[in-house]
Amino acid sequence: MSAKKKNICTIIALIALGVFLVIVEQTTTESSMMRSVLQLSAIYALAAVSMNLLNGFTGLFSLGHAGFMAIGAYVFAIITIPVSKKGNVYYLYGVNDILANVELQPVLALIIAGVVAAALAALIGAPVLRLKSDYFAIATLGFAEIVRIVVASSPLNTITNGSLGLKSIPGFGSFYFPFIVVVVCIAIIILLINSTYGRAFKAIREDEIAAEAMGINLASHKQMSFITSSFFAGISGALMAMYLGAITSTTFPITLTYNILLIVVIGGMGSVTGSIVAAFLVTFAKEWWLRFLDQEMIIGTFQVPFLRTGFRMVVFSIILMLVVLFWRKGLMGQKEFSWDGLVRTLKKIGGIFTGKNRKPSASEGGGASE
Amino acid sequence: MSKENILKVCDVTMQFGGVVAVNNLNMEINKGEIVGLIGPNGAGKTTAFNTITGVYAPTNGAIYLEGKVIAENHPSGKMKSAYKGQNMGKYHKAVLLTPDKITKLGIARTFQNIRLFKDLTVFENVLIAKHMNYRANPFSATFRLNHKEEKAMREESLRLLTLLDLEKNKDDIATSLPYGKQRHLEIARALATNPKLLLLDEPAAGMNPQESDELMEFIHRIRDDFHLTILVIEHHMQLVMGVCERIYVLDYGSLIAEGTPEEIQNNPKVIEAYLGVDE
Repeated sequence: MSAKKKNICTIIALIALGVFLVIVEQTTTESSMMRSVLQLSAIYALAAVSMNLLNGFTGLFSLGHAGFMAIGAYVFAIITIPVSKKGNVYYLYGVNDILANVELQPVLALIIAGVVAAALAALIGAPVLRLKSDYFAIATLGFAEIVRIVVASSPLNTITNGSLGLKSIPGFGSFYFPFIVVVVCIAIIILLINSTYGRAFKAIREDEIAAEAMGINLASHKQMSFITSSFFAGISGALMAMYLGAITSTTFPITLTYNILLIVVIGGMGSVTGSIVAAFLVTFAKEWWLRFLDQEMIIGTFQVPFLRTGFRMVVFSIILMLVVLFWRKGLMGQKEFSWDGLVRTLKKIGGIFTGKNRKPSASEGGGASE
Repeated sequence: MSKENILKVCDVTMQFGGVVAVNNLNMEINKGEIVGLIGPNGAGKTTAFNTITGVYAPTNGAIYLEGKVIAENHPSGKMKSAYKGQNMGKYHKAVLLTPDKITKLGIARTFQNIRLFKDLTVFENVLIAKHMNYRANPFSATFRLNHKEEKAMREESLRLLTLLDLEKNKDDIATSLPYGKQRHLEIARALATNPKLLLLDEPAAGMNPQESDELMEFIHRIRDDFHLTILVIEHHMQLVMGVCERIYVLDYGSLIAEGTPEEIQNNPKVIEAYLGVDE
């Protein structure tokens, strides 16, 4: 395929996605499943891409993402809750004097939420980034837990409302708002990855010793990646706060980090498009497509066994295991989506059905049907 | 000495715990020379390389690049009582540059066991080495406010690949190249940092005779084309004798001989270190 053709395809695909969103907006009601799951998926996509920047592109295995999202969410909530509703929210502990009259625009507040998360990352980055692999993961995991506990602690009652959490957080306003924010943020991350700094990140992932011998300052580049990743994690956390409308410290447990890590791994460590696709697939499967497994089902007089609340997660986990078994490097590996790749994949699938060009290779199909 | 020396290693001792890996090493390398560093296995050659490039901080001694100190250290703390080397008390400062800073000052290296950026393309491998001279900040790099610089960087890298006959493989993944080409790529990547001094750690390891003959020619060629000074560690005697103008011989961490290839070949101490002695 020529470059021109590819560009046309890309533009058509983007327009199609836009049209799809417009159709959803026009045809569904405010509270429809489609709408909310799409929005949630977009938020997860941003969280996953920002985590991928650190875990997949720089090779720093961080597990502190939920912590940075919590910071973003709380900062956003604290500065955007309407002044008129503050008394209602902080009814038990009262509101801190400094915050009593603060009510900022959502877009500005989003940026501030990101900046605060990034500032905290800069602060803990210096000591934590000296650690390697597992130790770094444990330190960031600890950080996320500390954030969660500090946020709910009593000295901060007048700011974070302690364990009661915050509510009356302004929503998206428009259906399109989260999508626009997510697209802009991911575009910035992609530009960064494709710049010379992105290449330096990849060099660090591939081989730290060689990267350093090529004149790349490890400390400053790791710090840069960590801060950028946390900035966007903060923004995704803030979007999450907008989406939910109410947050407590338990909204951002360690398992949230694992959910995002799951998306990153399924999509492919080191693939932005992989993370985006996986975010939508995983969220849709978990929140919607598998819902029917949670209800009892009776066909004729036969009651289908196992189906009850929570069974959906069992099936979901099995599907995940199968995916990881057959796609060892995630759906996309380290590659990005390309039209050539799509054509190749389609041909391969076509080949399986028509029985042509079937090679006896282990990677193909994996003998699933035998 | 009339010639200008580029690297000067003074009394460098490298001790790990109780093991003295390099003992009181003194070397001088002049501009434009190709110098060999040889010795039996475990003689401390690679350790010497790692101290020069900043991977290890020397326990005692100093290293100068073009008269400028790049490493200086003296035993301190626990090492003070454990130190087994010489010249204790001769050095007082602790100047310890990290490898990236030393590379910026003009020393590039290759590795004994090839360390390419495995999953990246040949072109990207070279491009990354150009990153350190990049001026634009992350912000303008992200938003492409500096496309001229980026373009220049790409052109330079491409020119380098063309010069080293790697341009046909430019979009191949680094590890998909045949072994000999991977070695060439590693050298190309080191050259992309615009070094004054190039350190090659066993460049002919695993090469067949024909490949190592080509390598010999290649080393001469890059020295002349890039106005380099080259320090090479090698086991392959034919290559060392063919390519080096001067040779240092290490054994058990200490320098045992220094001279032209002819002198080294006839030096009884060297023969003893390599072949043992009749008793």
